Amino acid sequence: MSASTGTSRRALETGPSGWLAVPALVFFLAFAIIPLFGVLFLSFTKWNGLGEIQLEGFSSWITALTDPITANALVVTAKIMFFSFIVQAPISLLLGVFTSAGHKYRAALAVLYFVPLLLSSAAVAIAFKALLDPNFGLGAGLGLPILTQDWLGNSDLVLFVVVFVIAWQFVPFHTLIYQGGVRQIPTSLYEAAQIDGAGRMQQFFSITLPQLKYTIITSSTLMVVGSLAYFDLIFVLTGGGPGYATRLLPLHMYLTGFKANDMGAASALGVILVVIGLALALILQRLGGKNRNDSQMEGA
Amino acid sequence: MTNRKLRSAAMALSAAALSLSLAACGSSGPAGTTASADSATMWGLTGGNQPVLQQSVDAWNTAHSDQTIKLDFFANDAYKTKVRTAVGAGQGPTFIYGWGGGVLKSYVDAGQVTDLTDFLKENPDVADRYLPSILENGKIDGKMYAVPNNNVQPVVLYFNKEVFEKVGAQPPKTWDELMALVPKFKEAGVAPFSLGGQSKWPDLMWLEYLVDRIGGPEVFANIAADKPGAWSDPAVKEALTKIQELVDAGGFINGFSSIAADSNADQALLYTGKAAMVLQGGWIYQGMKKDAADFVSSGKLGFTTFPTVAGGKGDPANVVGNPSNFWSISSKATDSQKKAALDYVKSGMFTGADTQALIDSGAVPVTTGIESKLAASPDKDFLTFVYSMAKDAPDFTMSWDQALSPAQGDAMLSNLDQIFLKKISPEQFIDTMNATIGK
Repeated sequence: MSASTGTSRRALETGPSGWLAVPALVFFLAFAIIPLFGVLFLSFTKWNGLGEIQLEGFSSWITALTDPITANALVVTAKIMFFSFIVQAPISLLLGVFTSAGHKYRAALAVLYFVPLLLSSAAVAIAFKALLDPNFGLGAGLGLPILTQDWLGNSDLVLFVVVFVIAWQFVPFHTLIYQGGVRQIPTSLYEAAQIDGAGRMQQFFSITLPQLKYTIITSSTLMVVGSLAYFDLIFVLTGGGPGYATRLLPLHMYLTGFKANDMGAASALGVILVVIGLALALILQRLGGKNRNDSQMEGA
Repeated sequence: MTNRKLRSAAMALSAAALSLSLAACGSSGPAGTTASADSATMWGLTGGNQPVLQQSVDAWNTAHSDQTIKLDFFANDAYKTKVRTAVGAGQGPTFIYGWGGGVLKSYVDAGQVTDLTDFLKENPDVADRYLPSILENGKIDGKMYAVPNNNVQPVVLYFNKEVFEKVGAQPPKTWDELMALVPKFKEAGVAPFSLGGQSKWPDLMWLEYLVDRIGGPEVFANIAADKPGAWSDPAVKEALTKIQELVDAGGFINGFSSIAADSNADQALLYTGKAAMVLQGGWIYQGMKKDAADFVSSGKLGFTTFPTVAGGKGDPANVVGNPSNFWSISSKATDSQKKAALDYVKSGMFTGADTQALIDSGAVPVTTGIESKLAASPDKDFLTFVYSMAKDAPDFTMSWDQALSPAQGDAMLSNLDQIFLKKISPEQFIDTMNATIGK
């Protein structure tokens, strides 16, 4: 941390004063780091949420780790993470590239694409729950048997329905990131490519995609780490069911803590969740290489 | 914009999205009446009794401007989680709405609710207004911690008379008749049973009645008393097997495991004729009376008791369900809040108007001396049915998820869900549940 005391040139070289980070650090400490240690402490206790907190050593960890539902929750989490990534990443990349072009009608379309971004997860979940209802939903209303599947009650199908709804909600957000990323690419690159006779596809693979490298890493990090936090949507949509088919780790943590009233085991699960999230974020950032945080723009 | 700026913008966006969605979760009921900071607070449930409770509290607040009560409503499943967390954090309401049983006991063990024994001794007229067998459910270890606050809620087998006539069937009196009805209704394109399986507790009603009919009330009494291996009773296995047979036969409506009972979708299936029957609590009569007034008033709604099981030990007049809901008074409330709460219990609830409003809504209050009022109601068929069902029952078993400790109750509901989905066998259920005894 170095305060900028020198000339304006030196200030430019060292960046803004470290003191600017203080407010954020204070909040981060108060609302992230301190509670994190609180959870770590609780994971070594037994507490039903009402009475006394008892220190119990590793018993809550053993409960959490030997519970077959935890293993299942990890698998469900990994599946949702994988599928939502492979569904969302290409769609949002293509939509982002498409909407970044400056035509009038695309602006109107872009606004439409972003509508899901404005809705809260709870609202999205309630709306989809009503639409997918096999007896009163879209299929029954329109008389289309193909739509009257038991979307949310079929253990084999429900995971993909959840992935679809997640994609519906979050693709606009990632589209926005890609749109911004594409607009940063200097048009001179495309002009040069055109002179050299490169077609649209070649321009996309030789200029757009490589130039978007860091955007892809940012978006992917948010997508992958974000899938550890798809709680509210799934809680309202399926409640983790049917059975344990969509009970992913954060939901399992919540239900252990607040339905089964085992705060110790829930805290252990919370710690596991943090560790996985941090590890994934670090791995993805590594993929970006050493200079991932540097600007790609000339002169900046 | 550099990539770094873009990233922080993205972070800010996601943070904003997160806080928005969090804010959307914090629901609050309709705004209360003008209440001061030290008003007693009360959390009620949405649905059935909501208007009756609202009227009662409004009337109280109008008459007692110095002892107002601030009332908020929550959906059933959400409430059960919220209230416990709030009480544990010292943020609970003055009036704690409950079902008695193991959950009430956990509040008592943690010293969170006020001992009402002396209050009831000093005010014998309060104790006397309740049906004694129902008041008894507010007792833990010989002391009173809760008083009933609304209506008796046995689990009833409802059926759609119109659908039965169309198929030419009679409501089932035995389990074999019930199973024989399943293919009949399926042929007619009607689901035999509606079920709110996503909420899990409607599944439980099946297990409760079957175990009672097969093995009698002692089977669950042993479980509730934490006797080792109590789940291994053969009645439990037979009941679970019968449930899976019914699932196999297609007894429950398509998609039952994604239907939430909180949204009343299960009862809607009954009155829209998509399902022929539903096994549900006495409280859904109120909901249907409101949502499907024509269906109820034109006498298309039928109701009966749960069928008997051949060779079963249980008395066919036995009932399971909720004896009533209860008010406990938070021990962490201030003195003035406690005083207001006790005064309301004494003279604010079960007033003539309250009792009548409950009856008008299609519910049977848990008070004595209401026979003539029930007989004068347009819903007298249903009300006298429920009243005599509850009054004449040799045994009234409290809903198991409320009777057991919260940890056991949750494990039971999750595993029963697995039984309905056929993901586990009755033996696996029994082994898992035996391991929770004493937890």
